Formats: sequence, C-alpha cells, structure tokens
Amino acid sequence: MIDIADLLTAMFVSATVLVYASAGEVVTERAGVLNLGIEGTMYVGAFVGFTVADHTGSPWVGLGVAVAAGLVAAALMCLLTVTLGVNQHVSGIGTTLLLIAVCDYSNRLLYGGGQLVQVKTFPVLFKDTPVASQYLLTYIGFLVLVPFLAWLLTRTGFGLRIRAVGENPEAADVAGISVARTRYAALLIGGALMAVAGAFLTLAMVGTFTLNITAGRGWVAIALVIFGRWRIWGAVAGALLFAGVDALQLQLAITETFAHVPREIMIAMPYLVVIAALAASGRNVAYPGAYLKPYRRI
Amino acid sequence: MIRLVLRGREPRWLAPLLVGCAVVITYVLTAPLIRWAGANPMAAYRRYVITPLTTPVSIGEVLLTSTPLLFTGLAVAIAFRAGFYNIGAEGQFLVGAVAATWVGTTFDGVPAAAAIPFALVAGALAGALWILIPALLRVGFRIDEVVTTLLLNPVALLLVQGLLNGPWRNPVSQFPESAHIGPGFNFPTVIPGTRVHLGFAIAIVLAALAWLVLARTATGLRMRAVGLSSTGARFNGVGVERTMLSSALVSGAIAGMGGVSQVCGLQRQLTGEISAGFGYTGIVVATLGALTPVGVVLVATLLGDIVVGADSASLVLQVPPQMGQVVTATLLLVTVGILVLRRYRPVVNRRRRTAETRAEVIPLEEVRQ
Repeated sequence: MIDIADLLTAMFVSATVLVYASAGEVVTERAGVLNLGIEGTMYVGAFVGFTVADHTGSPWVGLGVAVAAGLVAAALMCLLTVTLGVNQHVSGIGTTLLLIAVCDYSNRLLYGGGQLVQVKTFPVLFKDTPVASQYLLTYIGFLVLVPFLAWLLTRTGFGLRIRAVGENPEAADVAGISVARTRYAALLIGGALMAVAGAFLTLAMVGTFTLNITAGRGWVAIALVIFGRWRIWGAVAGALLFAGVDALQLQLAITETFAHVPREIMIAMPYLVVIAALAASGRNVAYPGAYLKPYRRI
Repeated sequence: MIRLVLRGREPRWLAPLLVGCAVVITYVLTAPLIRWAGANPMAAYRRYVITPLTTPVSIGEVLLTSTPLLFTGLAVAIAFRAGFYNIGAEGQFLVGAVAATWVGTTFDGVPAAAAIPFALVAGALAGALWILIPALLRVGFRIDEVVTTLLLNPVALLLVQGLLNGPWRNPVSQFPESAHIGPGFNFPTVIPGTRVHLGFAIAIVLAALAWLVLARTATGLRMRAVGLSSTGARFNGVGVERTMLSSALVSGAIAGMGGVSQVCGLQRQLTGEISAGFGYTGIVVATLGALTPVGVVLVATLLGDIVVGADSASLVLQVPPQMGQVVTATLLLVTVGILVLRRYRPVVNRRRRTAETRAEVIPLEEVRQ
C-alpha cells in the first residue's frame, strides 16, 4: 500500500535538488547562455560540500565552500562563453567533463576511492510531522528562493536587464546595458544555485559522496527549464513532476505488484517521463532570442 | 596597452602556433594537480605522451584504446556537421554493446563469416533506434535534441545494469556480467602480436567513408549546408529535415557499432564498465578534430595515447588514472578557448586611432560565425 505522506515527503526532498539546479539554469538561460556545465557544477558542489563538511565537521561550512566552488565553475563558463564566445555546447560539456574528472581525481587522492565516509547532515525541521519534516534548504528553496527569483526576473530592473541581454543583446547594448557584465552575473547566480543543489545531495540526501552521485540530474534540470518555458514556477512544477515519479517508483518498488519489476526500469521511469513531458509540451516553444549566441560588438 | 583587432585574413601558421600554446597552457594548468599526487609533472607527461609510443606492443595498446573513441568521435562529428547536437553517443554506444551481446549469446553457434556482419548490423540498428526518438522530436517538433539525447544516456546505462543484475547475470559466479559471446563473434586481430582487432580497421574504413561523403559528395555538401545555416540550406532546396534525420541515424549507428566493437573485439561479454565515458569523450575527439574525419583519427589516437599513459602512470608514479580525463578536458577547453584568438591580431595602442588600428572590413557573416 502506498503511504501518501511518505510519498510527499520523499517528493519534496528529491525535488529540492532539481528546484535549485533548474532555478539556476533558468536565470542563466534567460541571459541567453546555455550552461551545460550544470552537471559538473552540481558534482563539484556535491564533492566540495562533502569534503569540507568531513574536514570541518559542519555541513554549513561545507555548503558555503561548495557555493564558492560553484562560483569558480561558473566563472570558467563565463570566460569561455561570454568573454571568448566559444560554442556553448562544447564549452559546457567540456566544463562538465573537466569538473567531474578533477573531483574524481581529488576523491581518489583524499579518500583512496571506494570506502564510504559518512558526514553529519543538515538537521531535519519538524521531525515528527508528516510531510512537513524537511530540511531547512527545502523550505528556503520552495518558500524563499523560488518566489524571490520569480520576482527578480519579472519585476526588477536587474531581471529586465537579464532578459534583455537574453532576448536581444544588440538592443540591450544600445540601451546602455553591459551585455557581458549582465551575463556574468546571471551565470554566477546560476552556478551558486547549482552548487547548492549538488551539496544538498551529499549533505542532506545521501550523507556521503559516491562516484556519479548526480546521475544525470543536471540534464534533467535542463529539460525542466524547457518544460517550464524558462519560467521559475514552470521549472518548479517540472521538478515536482520528476520528483513525484521518482518518489512513486521508490514506493512502488516495495509493493507486491511491482516487486518483481527490475529496479532499473523503475529508476529509469522519471527520465522517460521527462522526455514524454517534453514531447507533449515542448513543441515549437520559443527559446530566448539570443539562446546560444555569443555577443560581441563589431 | 595592447588591443585585439579583428583580422581580415588568417595566416596559415597561426592555428598550429595557437594549438602549441594550448598544449603548454594545459601542461601549466595540470602540473599542480600532478605535483599534489607527489609526482614530477614532467615525468608524468613523458609517461602520458611518449612512453606508450616506445614499444610496438604499447603502440598496439594505444590503437586498441583509441578504437572506441574513433567510433564515438566519428559519430559526434557527423551529427555536429549536420547541425544535430548528438550528446547521446554514450547511450547509443551502450545499446550497441547490448545488441552485440544479445546476438552473440543467443546465436552463439553462427560461424564468423555471418556472425560479425550480423553483430555489426544489430549494433548499428540499436544505436540508430536509440537516437530515433530524439531525432524525430527534433525534426518534427523542434524539441531540443541536446536534452533528449542527454537524458537517454542514464536510461541506457540503467538498461545495461538492469540486464546484468537480472536476466543476464552470470549464473555461475553471480557477478553482474553476461555470458561470453559465441566464438564466431570474436573479432580477429588485425596486427599480429598486439590486441588491435577488426574494430579498429572498421573504424578507419568508416572514417575514410565519412571523409569521402562529407568532402566529395552532394550528400556531404547538403549535410554541411544544413549544419552551417539550415535557413540558407532550405532556401536552396535542401531537404533540411531529411538530411538532419539521416545524419542523426548514421551517427547513432556508428556509435552503436562502437559498442559492438568493444564487446566483440575486447571484452567478449557485457559488463557494467563497458563504456568508460567513451560517448562523452567522443565529443572532445570530434571538437578537437575540427569535426573532420582525419582530425577525429588523429585526436582519437592522441587521447588513446594519454589514456594508456595515464594507466601506466597510475601504476608507476601513483598518479590516479583520472588524470588522463583531467588532461583531456583541460586540453579541450584551452584549445577551443585559444583558437578564438585566431580571428584577432594584437595591436599596440597609440594615442590616436589611425587607419591601421581600425578593424579591417570583413563581411558580417564571417564575424558572426
């Protein structure tokens, strides 16, 4: 029998990662830059958060340093895509490959690879209340970050500038907006949020670092951005859909009917649901006008 | 103050010079990480690049290691050339390996003459099938192929793991690895005394064919036209959708054959580690190879060299083998970053702007690329 309260609790935990990551990607893509470094940035957040928490004993310090590492990763993307104007697919995949390789290399040197070190995780708020027993970062993500970013993007001058350089950088430039500076800001905000998403994996959900811990969640976040049509709330809806299917498959796996279905098919379900959702809703969507286009004054 | 000014014509020596600079910068950036592992960076690099090329056997190992990268690099290059951003070569490679294992273990009595083409066709079909949905969504509904091909990579890996943990689990050892393929399916060795197998020869033939098609046929011209400007191609009567779809399917098929080559040529069975990120590295290979078949062959060999070197360095110098990936990814980013400078020339800034320091007049289209 499926326990609805357990299902919802698990859904919000698993959605938190995607909310932070896809919110970060929305901000970035609204400025006209596709950050395919998201998977690597999340991986760095997960690894750095874990390592620092292990050495200092505090998950909060781990989170802080993870954010700093996310900013460095975003700065690399800035240099490549904004300053140099390199193809965004290539620089994003390259950044992801580099960051994952550096983390795995460091992991091997620091922990010898293999054995699991558990770190202290974030405390759970409202421990005995069903559904409401969540991590603080989950509450911040859903109740503070998402409304704030939605307000920032649609109701403030800064948000308008981000959207302007993403839609029509020539016009924005003529209007006196620094395209490079605005895109830098958007990428850095996005990188910090992606790192939080990664750190949440190690410092809340899992409590340790394992190889391939992100397992393609960054790619899911990118799909959610398209699914949500570059709106924060749309991406949140997508995150809840993915996390809902994810939580459901975990619950179903222990029921009698589905116990004999291979676990891997169940784990693959959310990915397939996202593709199906894209196929159903993503037809002929309007991408940001300057999507994938570097800008340089002539 | 030195400024960069757009240049009109690019001298021939510039790109090689910049690639040389990229190699030096890559070395400088990665050296601290090697030192962190307690090794001498110079010695480590000698091991990465030079040592594998010193004996015939280790040259064989380099060619063996570069074989899967030839397939995935070629697959990515073909798709990118036609403007289809196939980031899913990893998944297509894996399902190709699954298909080869399936036919190899189910029809294990088939003689080699029939078995090898059979496995190749099965793998190619599986790879093409895996890319079919993203390709149809792209040409039919303009749904971004980057996302859909990417999302199918974890699904393909789960398929492999599901088969190995479920129906294909080794009944004797209980290890998550399949039974061995029939003897007819084993690729023969093509260079005596090494482990270089038929897959390498097939990859080279495919590269030659790809060069022929891309550079010398109308189909290749249509593909390149669609990749450069789909609108322009459409106005000139090119069937953009059809060209993109067929390029994507060919790309998936080649990546799938890479999986076949790895199963039939090297592992003889399916394991969870059948692909060491070959699909993703294929993107590096294709990009550094400038999306040309000749470039793919050269870069795949270089990366094979580094991987073999990194493995031996991990044994001798205790530098973790992941350094190979770090070097590869750094080289990619530094190279694509520095090659942007091709289009500029440095000018020492004078007080007044003279005619000389102004940008030379270049057609707008060239600047935009």
